[in-house]
Amino acid sequence: MSILVIAEHDNAELNGATLSALAAAKEIGAEHVSVLVAGDGCGSVAEQAAQCDGVDKVVVCDNAVYKHQLPENIADLVVQLSNGASHVLVSATTWGKSLMPRIAALLDVDQVSEIISVLDEQTFKRPIYAGNAIATVKSSAALKAITVRATSFDPVSLKEDKAVIESNDLVVANSGSQFLDEKLTTSDRPDLTTAEIVISGGRGMQSGDNFKLLYDLADKLGAAVGASRAAVDAGFVSNDLQVGQTGKIVAPKLYVAVGISGAIQHLAGMSDSKVIVAINKDEEAPIFQVADYGLVADLFEAVPEFDSKL
Amino acid sequence: MKVLVTVKRVIDYNVKARVKPDKSGVDLNNVKMSMNPFCEIAVEEAVRLKEKGIASEIVVVSVGSKASQEQLRTAMALGADRGILVESDDNLSALPIAKLLKGVVEKESPDLILLGKQSIDSDNNQTGQMLAALAGYPQATFASEIEIADGKAKVTREVDGGLQTVELNLPAIVTTDLRLNEPRYASLPNIMKAKKKLLDIMTPDELGVDTGSTLEVVEVEAPATRAAGIRVADVDELIDKLKNEARVI
Repeated sequence: MSILVIAEHDNAELNGATLSALAAAKEIGAEHVSVLVAGDGCGSVAEQAAQCDGVDKVVVCDNAVYKHQLPENIADLVVQLSNGASHVLVSATTWGKSLMPRIAALLDVDQVSEIISVLDEQTFKRPIYAGNAIATVKSSAALKAITVRATSFDPVSLKEDKAVIESNDLVVANSGSQFLDEKLTTSDRPDLTTAEIVISGGRGMQSGDNFKLLYDLADKLGAAVGASRAAVDAGFVSNDLQVGQTGKIVAPKLYVAVGISGAIQHLAGMSDSKVIVAINKDEEAPIFQVADYGLVADLFEAVPEFDSKL
Repeated sequence: MKVLVTVKRVIDYNVKARVKPDKSGVDLNNVKMSMNPFCEIAVEEAVRLKEKGIASEIVVVSVGSKASQEQLRTAMALGADRGILVESDDNLSALPIAKLLKGVVEKESPDLILLGKQSIDSDNNQTGQMLAALAGYPQATFASEIEIADGKAKVTREVDGGLQTVELNLPAIVTTDLRLNEPRYASLPNIMKAKKKLLDIMTPDELGVDTGSTLEVVEVEAPATRAAGIRVADVDELIDKLKNEARVI
């Protein structure tokens, strides 16, 4: 068995979710794990990938055509480099989700999305119906195309000795799509998907300004801030903070849900958190059915009090 | 410009799925079924493109059982011009669905194909990307804004760090995110009119697609349930519990 893991990065840093995909590769039990780093000026990413535990080889395709890693040419590139692999893995981030099905279709294989555990080299568990059911899926495809839910696999550690880095000058041009620009949200707080503590606000926050209450508390706890769909739709915060079935999946040590009712779609994104706290004035809110500690209170009183007493 | 939109019949998003006792799947008997929410957004976007004079015809297609006609009629009541059902009672995986859709794309030659980003039952998030690969078209997934001009689609996508804008040459595939639009409701007169619209039925055989899959669902089980928590009386007790019992802060 030989596994190819596709690295996600911004040409400077390896995305942490890739370390979890490498952990899944390890559990599948490959004899050989190689990592593909395709980008533009991505040498430092290749160095980081080479230091990851369990990696035997890093293949670097460094060319301007891969700058924004659009799926149209990256998928073709992966297809050409996947020859002989038994599995191709990528983390189930928005980038991985966009890319992998394109690869799978080009290879004419079915894909297993967002696995949460590995039973053996061809059998995996994955959540369906917004996490209300867990399916055990067996793939008999010659090459298994898989995306990995990062929160379900502890990232691999880094090691001293480096794996071999090999350059590949294969160039696959992209004629169908073009990158125009991006608007990334900048924040000093930890990344939502990897933070140890997440504080999320919902419709109960009433306005974007009131999210300051959560930011203050988050800064004191070193936490990331998330949101429910209702809070995003109401324009309180940007969409990349959404936690849930269609947003980000988080599994922190502590998840504090403030003014969030706890709809099925939200629970899908956070119910694997170690400890869940709910602060809500509606004692019938479904969030209390999954909360380890529930406080029925007005958030506008409870949150500042929480903040001041820490 | 012709727009093709795909719709899927799924369990209603408000219904909590229940796993069958024999672990063979989720119990869908007597459960409310609806159009997948992301597909509704795709239909709405197509209708808006028609209202702006950009789209001239909207064809809506579904792959599924006979009952999926209901969702096609809903899409036609919302403004689609005609429907196609590729009828199959099998629980198809995403790759054969993408192949069937490719067959429809070849027959219809649309300029733009809109799909939801994922269905809320299988949560695969695969079909649009697979169809793009099979058809050889560019793709923009997770769209929150679409502008069509000069044979190109400018699409703003929701990505992990924020938003990204790409430009695609048409024909192209776009999958919709929740923020793209707010779907309208079908009015009664439009529901009546939709009954007269053309609905073609096709079979996988007619499209020459082998619907076999290399995926097998071994079992479906309910997720581990969380132990019931406690109610704390005030903020002091909450802080105490988090510090001394859960030890998370």
